[in-house]
Amino acid sequence: MAELYRRFGGGLGTIFLALVAAWLAGMVLAPNVMMIDYSLRPNLPPAEIGGSRDVYSLQNILYLANEGVHRAIFFKTVWASALVAFVTLVVCYPLAYWLAQNATPNQTAIAILALTIPFWVNEVLRTLAWYILLAFRGPLNALLLALGIIDEPVRWYGNTGVLAGMTYAYILFMLFPIYNSIESLEKSQIEAARDLGASVWRTHWRVVIPHAKAGIATGCVFTFMLAAGSFVVPALLGAPGSRWFTEIIYNWFFEGGDWNRGAAYALVLLVLCLTVVLVTLKIARVNLTDVAK
Amino acid sequence: MSHSVELQNVGMAFGQTRAVTDVSFTVEGGEFFSILGPSGCGKTTILRIVAGFLDPTEGKVLIGGRDMKGLGPDRRPTAMIFQSLALFPLMPVWENIAFGLEARRVAKAERRKKAGELLKLVALEGLGDRMPGELSGGQRQRVAIARALAVEPQVLLLDEPLSALDLKLRQHMRAELRSLQKRTGVTFIYITHDQSEALAMSDRVAVMSDGVLQQVGAPRELYDNPATPFVARFVGETNAIAGKVTAIENGLATVESAFGPLSGRVGDGLSAGSAAKLYVRPEALQHKTQGENRLTATIERIDFEGAFALAHGRLEDGSLLIASIPSTELGKAPEIGTRAPFAFQNANAVVLPDG
Repeated sequence: MAELYRRFGGGLGTIFLALVAAWLAGMVLAPNVMMIDYSLRPNLPPAEIGGSRDVYSLQNILYLANEGVHRAIFFKTVWASALVAFVTLVVCYPLAYWLAQNATPNQTAIAILALTIPFWVNEVLRTLAWYILLAFRGPLNALLLALGIIDEPVRWYGNTGVLAGMTYAYILFMLFPIYNSIESLEKSQIEAARDLGASVWRTHWRVVIPHAKAGIATGCVFTFMLAAGSFVVPALLGAPGSRWFTEIIYNWFFEGGDWNRGAAYALVLLVLCLTVVLVTLKIARVNLTDVAK
Repeated sequence: MSHSVELQNVGMAFGQTRAVTDVSFTVEGGEFFSILGPSGCGKTTILRIVAGFLDPTEGKVLIGGRDMKGLGPDRRPTAMIFQSLALFPLMPVWENIAFGLEARRVAKAERRKKAGELLKLVALEGLGDRMPGELSGGQRQRVAIARALAVEPQVLLLDEPLSALDLKLRQHMRAELRSLQKRTGVTFIYITHDQSEALAMSDRVAVMSDGVLQQVGAPRELYDNPATPFVARFVGETNAIAGKVTAIENGLATVESAFGPLSGRVGDGLSAGSAAKLYVRPEALQHKTQGENRLTATIERIDFEGAFALAHGRLEDGSLLIASIPSTELGKAPEIGTRAPFAFQNANAVVLPDG
């Protein structure tokens, strides 16, 4: 802060600080405080707001705890998001390793460009592309039928569709942190491990992965949070049997007309995400400032 | 007896760039062998070919008489010490040392025991539980050596491992490497661009330049009988005087130079009538007026180096002449700015074809 004042002087420095403070207060703090406020109050007709029945309670959160279907969907969202993070990790790690250690600068540029171009398109449209690919009479089924791998079309929508769509949607959030961390690994370490007789598996397990731990943890945290909070992918690629917790929240707001209950559900999801992030970082012994980098 | 290493007509090209051309030499088992050359001369490429990180585009490598073609670094009886040492920073020292044993599925208790023995060998007892980052440069060096020796290699490959150390420590580690090599009997192939390092430590030295092997020989041999102009200039200090060969007889060649006839021993590939250079070491030049090979130089400065001083002078044609004067004779040294006569004996100079 002293640095900021030294560089820009009193007037400009104060303006910058005020802008940041306004942003934090208006865009981060206020919505969250409102969400907490909503979630702790009952859903009342406008006339009764501020009346004798408008008191703080945990009713909305307890409703979720006692509602079996919603509770099941909540836990399913948690483990399915973890699964998305894991699958994305499995897909990204070899790619990140190759990009960081083996690829020529040209190959790296082309691969990163190819991976980035789809992200110039809106997430809804990208997911729509998967919607078409995975359709019952779509190209994937046609290809598999033509190759004789399946005898009749598969219904991909549902858990498989959601997993595929999310893995694709969040690949970059996993790839870049891991790529960055593996890139800083000295090549001679990998060579030394090999020279000492270590198998590929052992070299990764003992040398590369410990080095890339911060990147892996960061990627997993990002992917988990994005997956747990995703709405488009489950809405488009899901099936009635694969409902996501965000869809329930959506329904409370826009179909149930109960913003308070919706806010309570959203709060529970937020707390869960925070817990997962902190626990993961604790396990990986990475602190938040490393993640921010 | 440790394995020998034999290179047969080894060549290496990276795309259009040639790194190594037709290199052949044999390293005897148990020998301390150095490859000396300036950076970019292909010496590291040779080491990586022997280690198995690179497949030579031509020729082959035999270790202990066995062709190594198709065997990766993990399957060769070699261990490498990298220039950066490449210790694993997230493992304690003992796990670093025992990593090769871990890869060979040796039980943990056994690994710990072996690591302890090796720590003792390199005089680092009790430091097994430290992390590599907590050690000094010299200590890390020894951990790298212990880690390489843990897999009981037949051949140890060292890629300029001392270059990051300061002078005193480097000299100390030289002596330690040398004694370690004698004690373990392992064949050492040592890469360096530092000629004094190569001369001081090695049984034999190979000198390389631009991917071509210039000469292989004992340190004394390289110094006294350089086979090529490159070796004459690169190994130790020397003065080169250009001229034309007028006569070759009794193993002596006479060169007609700008300063009159000078003679020295005949080098490889010399023929009468051709352009040649005569090479004479600074310590072979004596400040005196008598003698057959005489040169006169204007003294510009005298650098005191401790045991001796180097007199830098200019010959009549403006080229540089360096003569070494023992410190005990500094009283008789020529004055700066004066013209001083020097002479050398035929046997202390060598004449090589110009090129």
